[in-house]
Amino acid sequence: MKILIKNGHIVDPSQEIDAPGDIVIENGKIKEIILETSPGRVPAPGLDIQSFTVIDASGFHVFPGLVDMHVHLREPGFEYKETIKTGTRAAVHGGFTSVCCMPNTNPVNDNETVTEFILRKAYADGACYVFPIGAITKGQKGEELAEMGMMAEAGCVAFSDDGRPVMSSLVMRRALEYSRRFDLPIISHAEDEDLSSGGVMNEGRVSLQLGLRGIPSEAEVVMIKRDIELAKLTGGRLHIAHVSTAGGVRAVREAKKEGLPVTAETCPHYFTLTEDAVKGYRTEAKVNPPLRTTGDIEAIREGLVDGTIDVIATDHAPHHRDEKLCEFDRAAFGISGLETALPLSLSLVREGVLTLSDIARKMSLNPSTILGLGKGSLKTGSDADITILDLKKGWKVEPERFLSKGKNTPFEGFVLEGLPVITICKGQVYEREDR
Amino acid sequence: MDRRHLLSIKDLDKEDITLILDTAEGFRDVLKRDIKKVPALRGKTVVNLFFEPSTRTRTSFEVAAKRLSTDVINFSVPTSSVVKGESLIDTAKTIQSLGADFVVVRHSSSGASHLLSRQMDASIINAGDGINEHPTQALLDAFTIREKKGILKGLKVAIVGDILHSRVAKSNIPCLRKLGAEVRLIGPPTLIPDGFREEGIEVFHSMEEGIEDVDVIMMLRIQLERQDRGFFPTVDEYFRLWGLTTERLSLAKEDAIVMHPGPMNRGVEIDSAVADSPSSVILEQVTNGIAVRMAVLYLLGGRG
Repeated sequence: MKILIKNGHIVDPSQEIDAPGDIVIENGKIKEIILETSPGRVPAPGLDIQSFTVIDASGFHVFPGLVDMHVHLREPGFEYKETIKTGTRAAVHGGFTSVCCMPNTNPVNDNETVTEFILRKAYADGACYVFPIGAITKGQKGEELAEMGMMAEAGCVAFSDDGRPVMSSLVMRRALEYSRRFDLPIISHAEDEDLSSGGVMNEGRVSLQLGLRGIPSEAEVVMIKRDIELAKLTGGRLHIAHVSTAGGVRAVREAKKEGLPVTAETCPHYFTLTEDAVKGYRTEAKVNPPLRTTGDIEAIREGLVDGTIDVIATDHAPHHRDEKLCEFDRAAFGISGLETALPLSLSLVREGVLTLSDIARKMSLNPSTILGLGKGSLKTGSDADITILDLKKGWKVEPERFLSKGKNTPFEGFVLEGLPVITICKGQVYEREDR
Repeated sequence: MDRRHLLSIKDLDKEDITLILDTAEGFRDVLKRDIKKVPALRGKTVVNLFFEPSTRTRTSFEVAAKRLSTDVINFSVPTSSVVKGESLIDTAKTIQSLGADFVVVRHSSSGASHLLSRQMDASIINAGDGINEHPTQALLDAFTIREKKGILKGLKVAIVGDILHSRVAKSNIPCLRKLGAEVRLIGPPTLIPDGFREEGIEVFHSMEEGIEDVDVIMMLRIQLERQDRGFFPTVDEYFRLWGLTTERLSLAKEDAIVMHPGPMNRGVEIDSAVADSPSSVILEQVTNGIAVRMAVLYLLGGRG
């Protein structure tokens, strides 16, 4: 199949491109980029235009397909929340062409058999590429290392006990040491469970007002600092998941200054919402780590600007409605994020915080580089994973229109700007029905 | 009163609170009569929906509801289908279908009554939610103080003990402050959230310093079941540092009153000599609770 994407504004930080032009795709690969300024502009010599599917991208921006390094696809085990099929469709709907799925399934992805199952399912049912993340410890219990080597061979791209911290410093040390053999990062869900002790939201003014148990910022900061020290000790690659605190940003910034092998991600809700979203006991805003304060939002935005935070991931955590329509204490933690992440991140561009190039880095190139996925670029020969954005498209968040099974979002009713109108992935062209 | 539910003291303004207390005064007189029943809410149904064990609050609501001539149904955990795993919302909808006009809810999760208020047509009265609020307790405490002291404005009220987990304190603090009292908190640093200081409330960790010159001492129950969570080392040490003894009581104003929402742990937060002293108004709180709950039911039922 041959595709020509015409007259789009191409944003590809891997080649320092931020300019109008055309993209030629053949056999599922990028054949070439022809910039408006390049000599011999389209029709390029020898290009038989008749044989191409032409996508008119005038007025649109063309990005390398987005990469989400932190999603929960829930399969196997929690298919009532999400499946690989529905989760990857939600991903494509949100502009993502690759997702990395966390291992907290049932059974836990802590061995090659589960990894192979996920990859097989993804190959058969997946609308986009799926890269599994294996567990650090068996059963995510934080006690014994899982078979990282076998999982790496089977296709895992990182290791994490996400959803739970590795509370034992010794186990974390071993994990960071052992993973060096595979040059794959350990992704830390940084939370001191003793400090968060049963908390359900950020500890502070609002938790006091609502009488809800709080999780102090320090539960995150203490653990990030511990893990940075262990990365220093071991030389293992450390990636900090879902940074939500100003203290966490500072700690990562210091570590990077020291030249340690540390990277970090945040999620759109952490630079968009504060703990105030919980008021009224709104379980849709219950997420772990919890929504914090205005000061934290500012620090996270600064961290995104100065490169302390490398990645914007979704932490897509779909849940069944019954798991949110209940007492706040009992409600599940998590936000269904795949279908709102890009528009929310584009708000940062409109507010002048980030550039479009920054977005392409943090939502495509950087996660791909950190995990060695070979994605996130429009270079000749790359897979033709492409996300085409209409930055001006106004859009109201209506969870019932999500393709994800998880309709749990605190952004319901938000009016956002910017939509991934066309996503190209695995040889398919997906066009949004509401473009 | 133009509202359907009583979920939180924070939703009430000073005028609402005063109206409830004034109305309760009338009911207090009714309770002193030989025939203690009025037909105000005849034909209405009150459901006591208690997911946590409670004797005094549930009984108090039951008596209050019966004195207003309503039909009262008690739903409590061991007999209901909650133990079978039914969700809170399904339980609520079932009760709704039984025709409840008022649902009095106690639940271990903060915000549970707020959730029900969005799911049910009945008036919801929060009878204690998690570590959040217990509004009728605060109202009956204010009623009792007003009865004893005439006016709350300018009074120094010390609330002593486990503020962090106390829904009684969480309702009393805003209620007393709305009525003009000067609230101070006393207890171990582990049991008083910093946020209160930020709201301009004086916090004392020394019982002796905190209790000096106060008009009202409100003792909170130390929940012994939380003891193993390490908020303080031992009950003995707690009593030594924060227990209300006769000696400490003498530091307060001479006519200071001592309150406790019950049930008391004698020898843990309060010495028997104080609990049974003339300064104690603990049993009057119980009687006043009925009058205040009658007022709340009456005012919520009177809308429209």
